[in-house]
Amino acid sequence: MLRRNLLMAGAGMGAVAALPRFAIAQPAAARVLKMVPQANLTSLDPIWTTANITRNHGYMVYDMLYGMDDQFRPQPQMAEGHVVEEGGRRVAITLRSGLKFHDGEAVRAADCVASLARWMKRSPIGQKLETFVDALEADGDRRIVFRLKQPFPLLLSALAQVSNSPPFIMPERIARTDPFQQIREVVGSGPFRFVPGEFNSGSRVVYERNPEYSPTPVGTRSLTAGPKVVHFDRVEWHIIVDASTAAAALQTGEIDWYEQPPPEIQMLLTRNRNVVVEAIDPLPLVGIMRLNHLHPPFNNKKLRQALFPAISQADFMSAVVGPDPSLYFDKVGVFTPGTPLANDAALEPLTGPRSIDRAKELMRAAGYANEPMRLIGPTDILAPAAMTQVGADLVRRLGFNADIVLSDWGTTVTRRASREPVDKGGWSMLFTSFSSFDFVDPAAHFPLRGNGAGAWPGWPTIPKLEELRDAWFLAPDLAAQQRIAREIQEVAMDEVPYIPVGAYLSMTAQRRDLADRVKGFALFWGIRRT
Amino acid sequence: MFAYVVRRVLATIPVMAVVALFVFSLLYISPGDPAAVIAGDQATPADVERIRASLGLDRPYLVRFGAWVWDILRGDLGTSIFTNLPVATMIAQRIEPTLSLMVVTLLLAISVAVPMGVVAAWKQGTLIDRAVMAFAVLGFSVPVFVVGYLLAYFFALEWDLLPVQGYTPFARGFWPWLENLILPAIALGSVYIALIARITRATMLEVLQQDYIRTAKAKGVGQSGMLFLHALKNAAVPIVTVIGIGIALLIGGAVVTESVFAIPGLGRLTVDAILRRDYPVIQGVVLLFSFVYVLVNLAIDLVYTLFDPRIRY
Repeated sequence: MLRRNLLMAGAGMGAVAALPRFAIAQPAAARVLKMVPQANLTSLDPIWTTANITRNHGYMVYDMLYGMDDQFRPQPQMAEGHVVEEGGRRVAITLRSGLKFHDGEAVRAADCVASLARWMKRSPIGQKLETFVDALEADGDRRIVFRLKQPFPLLLSALAQVSNSPPFIMPERIARTDPFQQIREVVGSGPFRFVPGEFNSGSRVVYERNPEYSPTPVGTRSLTAGPKVVHFDRVEWHIIVDASTAAAALQTGEIDWYEQPPPEIQMLLTRNRNVVVEAIDPLPLVGIMRLNHLHPPFNNKKLRQALFPAISQADFMSAVVGPDPSLYFDKVGVFTPGTPLANDAALEPLTGPRSIDRAKELMRAAGYANEPMRLIGPTDILAPAAMTQVGADLVRRLGFNADIVLSDWGTTVTRRASREPVDKGGWSMLFTSFSSFDFVDPAAHFPLRGNGAGAWPGWPTIPKLEELRDAWFLAPDLAAQQRIAREIQEVAMDEVPYIPVGAYLSMTAQRRDLADRVKGFALFWGIRRT
Repeated sequence: MFAYVVRRVLATIPVMAVVALFVFSLLYISPGDPAAVIAGDQATPADVERIRASLGLDRPYLVRFGAWVWDILRGDLGTSIFTNLPVATMIAQRIEPTLSLMVVTLLLAISVAVPMGVVAAWKQGTLIDRAVMAFAVLGFSVPVFVVGYLLAYFFALEWDLLPVQGYTPFARGFWPWLENLILPAIALGSVYIALIARITRATMLEVLQQDYIRTAKAKGVGQSGMLFLHALKNAAVPIVTVIGIGIALLIGGAVVTESVFAIPGLGRLTVDAILRRDYPVIQGVVLLFSFVYVLVNLAIDLVYTLFDPRIRY
């Protein structure tokens, strides 16, 4: 008990004695979970923006036809089951009966069709799926029918997608909103109801348990699959931007969970016996050095390859999470370590002896003639900022004619979109990190695209990568996918669309009386107070 | 007097117009694109363009400025690009915490700093005077966030007497409201106390040399009566001026204090909006701050007449 509460309690002893017994037996505070999220929730539309915080908000409020388990297998959520017909060209999904939106309306197949249609306009894997779809229609109130031009083996995986705008189901009237406009109403059928009257962006977001929610009866709980059983009546997100303040609030018990404490704060929190610090996801985030293929100097493939001997993934990761090697991975390729497609094909240039001198030799052999290069990076986002600092030191040591431009994230993102050469405000190199889910497979792996002008900033044109990606979508089984993944990595290590600079665990801190948290990211079913 | 007040209020219109033009132009030329931030890492250039168009950010400068001014004239501050909420609603959500913080800080600062300055002047050259001046130097020198962290460490973490963070609306009770404001007000008020205490001391020293003070002493007026009724009243005009100027300091300091103590006020709203390039929110908040500042100056001018009957408008 907090001392100040004890003092207050002393003053009000008489009143306490008069309280009904049940009020003492079931303190309301125990049924409320207070969490400091990784970022402020600004947009409430998880299709309109790809911000992870909005995705997490989506998982509170909305449900999906399929969830993804921790082995990356789709499992039914709102779906009761599905039937594949006509050699895979017709897939009919049946909804569970009795599903209801928060406004009391029944969830119908038409709602799902409208939601998926909107999602397919924005989500990268949804866009891919759309190219396979001849028709998507509702057959009665409970059947959703995909008519495909050709079989799409990853259909259910796409419907269970975890990151980058998951296909959340909304009422048809809301889902008909232009995908490039924000929805104006938050009505889902998920385990929590959003409380708009208490929403104060930048300060507080409140959710209440949805008493009408009926968890799927099948599967075991992992990641977004299995029954979503909720143990709190109310969840409050408290936006606290100052890490020290958030840590202090966790230590005093003012909050229960601090989603992403920075490394220096983690060390402080591990010393508190009431707080547990652990990886929020057993899978790591992946850091990358992105190179601009449009202009000198890195439009020169040999020069891109020359950087390999100088890259020490351990150095980059130590800057992000500290020196403890249990918190990061090196020898990382293009897929998230620990996932089915991760492999060691063609990784020797990154795993052999590290040598700045060797890199300099290769730079000379590649014909580097002191052309100017510009490294851009943010100062206000922890991991990219730390990697940028290491990268800045590295390019100076390598003897690049380097201009280091640091700014806030908003400015960096805008500058990153520039396709101009360096002398006209463009850029040559940047560092950023992606969530484990982004690099699990080629579907949403943007730095691995080779589609030139349509690619992620850096704009590499690597037709072979695109061919392999298309082949992966049609691969019939995991073994075939893994073969293609090895080929993809070989091409990536040759063409160098980017250089992996390691992977790191994201740590979370919570009060010790919380148990059964679902691993992956900030999910609020399963977790309970002991 | 009434005509003067009306003239001053009317004079705020051109001031606000200049502020509006300045803020809008500054944001227009500043780097950063909210559409790129919204679209996220995976967006194609075409996606970013579509979002930019849907937000009206692709329109020419004059068209956007004209539309914004027209909306303001109709009492509409616009809609946040990110939250899709009216800017007026977002400001209304945030105004109470900031106002509360400023009022409590002002009351604390004035009630502590003015007596400190008076006593320091009265006891000029003594240990008390030196202690007050040392405190003032410390107040100026130590940044607000350092004071904030120290207070939070001792009063919240170590002694568990006050909460670390947050804000409780006044409607939920006086003590819960005040409990959350004590530490932030002390942190934010430290600079302010230092400033007012120094000015009070300096002004009082000047006033205490005046003939009428000597006359009052000769007539047998008591120490406290002489200091607080005769001297302080005549020293009040510069002190009130500094208090007015200090409100600008408070607005700036509130940004830091609100961050350290997680108070959902206008300061945080401004910083968040700037980092996201949420133009309508930035413009709305800056306009509001400018308007408040102009009104505070007017109020200060009017307060002069209370302390100095020779001042007439």
